[in-house]
Amino acid sequence: MKRQVPLFITFFVGTLLIVSVFSPPIETLGEDFSVFFDIIAVFAFFLGGGNLLRVHLTKISRRKHDWAYSIVTLVGFVVMLWAGLFKVWNEGGIAASVTAEESLFGMIFNSVLIPLQSTMYSLLAFFIASASYRAFRAKNREATILLVAAFIILLGRTAFGTMLTAWMPSSLSAMEIPNLAIWIMNSPNLAGQRAILIGIGLGVVSMSLRIILGVERTYLGDDGK
Amino acid sequence: MKRSSIVILSAVVVLFLVSWILKGASFSGDDNPYLRGFLTTAAAFLTLAVFSFLYQDNPFYKFAEHLFVGVSAAYWMVLGFWQTLVRNLIPRLSSDLAAWFETPSKDISLWYIIPVIFGLLLLMRLSKSAGWISRWPLALIIGYTAGINFVGYMRSDFVNQIAATFVPLLVNWQGTGAFFSDFSLAIDGQFVMMLSNWVIFVGVMCGLIYFFFSKEHTGLFGSASRVGIWILMITFGASFGYTVMGRISLLVGRLTFLFRDWLELIG
Repeated sequence: MKRQVPLFITFFVGTLLIVSVFSPPIETLGEDFSVFFDIIAVFAFFLGGGNLLRVHLTKISRRKHDWAYSIVTLVGFVVMLWAGLFKVWNEGGIAASVTAEESLFGMIFNSVLIPLQSTMYSLLAFFIASASYRAFRAKNREATILLVAAFIILLGRTAFGTMLTAWMPSSLSAMEIPNLAIWIMNSPNLAGQRAILIGIGLGVVSMSLRIILGVERTYLGDDGK
Repeated sequence: MKRSSIVILSAVVVLFLVSWILKGASFSGDDNPYLRGFLTTAAAFLTLAVFSFLYQDNPFYKFAEHLFVGVSAAYWMVLGFWQTLVRNLIPRLSSDLAAWFETPSKDISLWYIIPVIFGLLLLMRLSKSAGWISRWPLALIIGYTAGINFVGYMRSDFVNQIAATFVPLLVNWQGTGAFFSDFSLAIDGQFVMMLSNWVIFVGVMCGLIYFFFSKEHTGLFGSASRVGIWILMITFGASFGYTVMGRISLLVGRLTFLFRDWLELIG
């Protein structure tokens, strides 16, 4: 039950979806399963929420290190959940969009979640700059190529890059830095991305086959052995 | 709590209140000026709290980080509930319940009870003794992903990518004479277009040769592999530059918010 049933479910669902592509009467099966997948994913979100509650309540009750911040997490979680599930201050009532701007959910989304999310990501600009300053050294040919390509792309997306080569005649327009950046993105970058994508495609196909046939069982955890 | 921490915290609270009052006054034409003032101030202080991490890890950053975790977990739960369960599941299971939620009804299909059962089984993960049952829905998710990706990736990442690599190596070819007489480095010129196609074709081949480890990389094969490395280096460099620019544009967005929407120092 612990091992054979999950292996059978994986095999059955995986095989059915592959066969459905080649069988017109059941070709919409993929779409139906994608809805099934979405519904189960919602329960996974609930599981995540339940786990979050459990972890932080345990942390608070045992007065673990930085337990006071767990209260912040729980307050944020409960208020956002209450605002969203009950559509608090949502003028359109139950039929209105949950993300309506005037609703409490929309307000928290716009004033808390969006600023936090975009600032967290923008922090990476500083860390990338600092890491690249330390790591980028034109030590050999390969490192120099990487450095030059990155520099042209960065320069090509600034007004300074446009200004630097604006004097060039139209017969040399490919040498203008913005155009050079576009060319790098559309030609050598595309070639490299494509070589990687083909490798990824082969990897995913072989891994999918291993999973469907039950060769790969790591997702079952310890009982998969 | 140290005395210096209390002083800093008090200063931040006072600054918050001052900003709230001033922003509220600046939105005096709105329906809820002080609510808008509070929201703008909260967004600005949370932005600054995250930026404070650039100095070092501190209580303000930890506060913002923990708030982010709680709010985003609830956000995805709420979105999943309204957009998937209410819109896609309930109308397929019960027309009465769909009417109560004021959502358009769909054809009733009891097949959709299956994902509900599997979803409930997934919640068994929270139980120590019955946690193993959660592997069944996990197996369904893994099986679905494997089945869909097998065909999807075969098409999009393998067959389509190979097909797109076989591009004409002679573009608008009208003979050697015409080629040299009209030679230019214009971005839409014949030479640059041909060069692009050559780079794509040769680049993909050499990139694939680099990833082929069943033969030793020596001689002509080794040279092709070396070209493959160069192409990959350009790709990594371009991806790096692109990522940095994306992050910088986010940073510019946050700074614009702080200096224009909050402090009103720029127009």
